[in-house]
Amino acid sequence: MTPRDTILQVTNLTKRFGGLVAVNDLTFQVREHEVMGIIGPNGSGKSTTMNLISGALKVTGGSIILEDHDLTSLPPHKIARFGVARTFQLVRILPHLSVVENVIAGTAFAHKARWGAEAEQFAEALLERLELGDKKNQDIGSLTYIDQKRLELARALASEPEILLLDEWLAGLNPSELRIGIELISQLREEGRTIILVEHVMDAIRSLCDRCVVMNSGKKIAEGTPAEVLSDKEVIRAYLGDE
Amino acid sequence: MNSGEMKFLVIGVVLALGAASIPIVSDGYWLSIATTAMMYIALSTSWTLFSGPTHLIALSTGAFFGIGGYLVGSGMSDYDQSFWLMAIIAPVVATILAMLIGLATLRLSGVYFVIFTLGLAEMIRNLVSWVQNNFLGSRGLYVLTDFTEAHIYWMLLSVATIVFLAGWLINRSRLGFALRIIGNDEQVARHVGINTAWSKVILFMTTGFFAALVGAIVAPRYSYIEPNVVFSPQLSFLVVIMALLGGIHRLWGPLVGVIPFTLIWEAISISFPNSTTLFLGLSFLLIVYFIPNGFVGLFENLTGRMRK
Repeated sequence: MTPRDTILQVTNLTKRFGGLVAVNDLTFQVREHEVMGIIGPNGSGKSTTMNLISGALKVTGGSIILEDHDLTSLPPHKIARFGVARTFQLVRILPHLSVVENVIAGTAFAHKARWGAEAEQFAEALLERLELGDKKNQDIGSLTYIDQKRLELARALASEPEILLLDEWLAGLNPSELRIGIELISQLREEGRTIILVEHVMDAIRSLCDRCVVMNSGKKIAEGTPAEVLSDKEVIRAYLGDE
Repeated sequence: MNSGEMKFLVIGVVLALGAASIPIVSDGYWLSIATTAMMYIALSTSWTLFSGPTHLIALSTGAFFGIGGYLVGSGMSDYDQSFWLMAIIAPVVATILAMLIGLATLRLSGVYFVIFTLGLAEMIRNLVSWVQNNFLGSRGLYVLTDFTEAHIYWMLLSVATIVFLAGWLINRSRLGFALRIIGNDEQVARHVGINTAWSKVILFMTTGFFAALVGAIVAPRYSYIEPNVVFSPQLSFLVVIMALLGGIHRLWGPLVGVIPFTLIWEAISISFPNSTTLFLGLSFLLIVYFIPNGFVGLFENLTGRMRK
């Protein structure tokens, strides 16, 4: 593997909620065209990390640098305009907008903003690619769960992100949907997109991630390829407890 | 411009021309009702520009309207300024005030925003009354102009037309789209790159501007201005009720609410002058309970069902 440029540099990232330290001195890099997984037991600070990168939560300490831009204390809309796009742990579509408008929402205010007829064509092409083309005129309330997830992903991709944050995007899918979902993300990976994904589904982590950061109680306890970290003693202890 | 928009434009021009000819065919009683209706059309439509997409119910219309009326009264009565100068200054003052209120209320949502705007409007009313009574000597102000009811009506019609044009442009713009996304899910809005704070403040300022402009234009109708009357909390509620009755998810929604409500309100005011507040509350309950999406919602439901 040829070494690639670091696109996101997270350094000594810390988040406190009162006395609780949710993320503790976390440092990692994400390189261009890389899929990086953040895994760990429940409550280990994975989603908090995603929320800190996207600006949903304010950073207590440390720094987040995307390319040359310091995102550390920026509000979410500015972070989005530097090219950070995300999906949410509980799927969030815009219920009173049409399917196409939901995707246009992703591009209209992004760093490479599109509007009008151009945005519409772009959104329709994206829907086509995510196999939602035949549902673009459908009532948004009648979309199935996986289609809502696809639509949310289409909205995130519409911004042509420098880095895409997927927060448990595969959670809640049934086994056949899960296969479709994993296939979809692996296509994104082949396109060379830079992705951070938080996931519990081990199959997805093994097949999708180039590297993984493992967190426990807010700290990084391991980093490496999925095969390396999943055989790491401390990782096994974190998941299963001592012996 | 597509054919649907063209059709709306033609209907709009025909309606505006029709409305403009009312003073020619009628003066006296019906013109006076038409003037009141035109005032509420401008107020309710501009109120909906902000509250429609964001679902933030603002009860501050009375405050901005009052600033318009009061500044015209004070400027003409106490400082010998012309009506036109004051009619320009008042909306500017209201717009700046709306910006300050907007920035202060950004973090508030739902019921907190409603209560804050109501409390704020009351505070402004009492503050102005207090200053007027204690420092400026007189309780009332005279607004004496040569305007006839027809002049005022035509000015209000112009403002209403501008409100519609502004609303149409905003709805087509990215700002309008941003407001709709905010109304759907503010968190998503932030994460797709929308500056939610300023988007809301700009629309709130637009609403404040038009409310004060209407207040300034209507001031000569009263001749005698008293802070307690022009800063009317009842007006804030009426504007909301009429907009809800028509429907706040379409630009033309408030229009179809204002016209019947003005007529009914007129009948109530004549028949039961002492219990108007009772009827105000009653109509509010009935509208929210039975037609939450207004006439427009009813109409779209019906046409939707017919298509199926």
